[in-house]
Amino acid sequence: MRMRSKWRRWVPHPAVSLALTLVWVALQNDFSAGQWLMGVILGVVVPLLLRPFWPDLPRVHSWRTAIVYAAIVLWDIVRANIQVAGWILLRRPETLRSTWLVVPLRLHRPEAITLLAGTITMTPGTVSCDLAADGSALLVHCLHTDDPDATVAGIKSRYEERVMKIFGEGDA
Amino acid sequence: MADMLIAALLLVGAFFGLVGSWGLVRLPQAMQRLHAPTKATTLGVGGVLLASIAYFGWVRAEWSVHELLITLFLFLTAPLSALMLARAWLHRERERVHAALPRPAASGVDWGTFQPPPEESGSDGAEPRP
Repeated sequence: MRMRSKWRRWVPHPAVSLALTLVWVALQNDFSAGQWLMGVILGVVVPLLLRPFWPDLPRVHSWRTAIVYAAIVLWDIVRANIQVAGWILLRRPETLRSTWLVVPLRLHRPEAITLLAGTITMTPGTVSCDLAADGSALLVHCLHTDDPDATVAGIKSRYEERVMKIFGEGDA
Repeated sequence: MADMLIAALLLVGAFFGLVGSWGLVRLPQAMQRLHAPTKATTLGVGGVLLASIAYFGWVRAEWSVHELLITLFLFLTAPLSALMLARAWLHRERERVHAALPRPAASGVDWGTFQPPPEESGSDGAEPRP
């Protein structure tokens, strides 16, 4: 237990440290020991400097869900691109039924909401445009939908459920 | 073989890039135009980046991971710039569009562009980080 707390003290956010190290090495495009060492130094020092400014950084509770989520989102991006390209090329713009959608949120953490909003923007014909002042809902613009309620339900079941699992958020 | 694959990827990338720009010209409403660059262009850039990885890997035999970083940064910046554009539009056009917008479910709560967030009380600050 003592070992663990010491470890946490110097590496408060292992995931952030790992990401920084990997991005550094990739940025150098040089996988030699020296660059790895530099990456590890950055991965340790930067989170330590950052800690006072971001005290409540969330931990990833379920890496499995995170990986599944990333795969689903990548696949949806490809699908959304083809779908939107089809709409732009084949439909007359007047026949597109664009609407505003309100997606009520069960998420509370800012980081989780940011992830969900980003996902919505990158995928099926939707762009997240604003957040309710109290963070209880997202305003989403939908390029074309025949059934707005089904689109909202789809966003909630396909993305929000998984984001909640990733950050281990229940209904607080 | 490698040449064919690289050419195909470049063509796919060019096609989606073109569609994104075409949508930007053709769609009638400002909010609709926002969709074209955030979506169609992602696959456009993605195709070109995959072609670049394949070219440097197979033809020049210099494996490069910079393309993956470009993808990563693109995924971080595209939703943010779209959000900024959308909010700027909401702010500018508020007199015309505010009444037509649907409201959040909670009573007395409006969208962040039109209402300041409630006082921060501990950890439930809900505004996304800029």
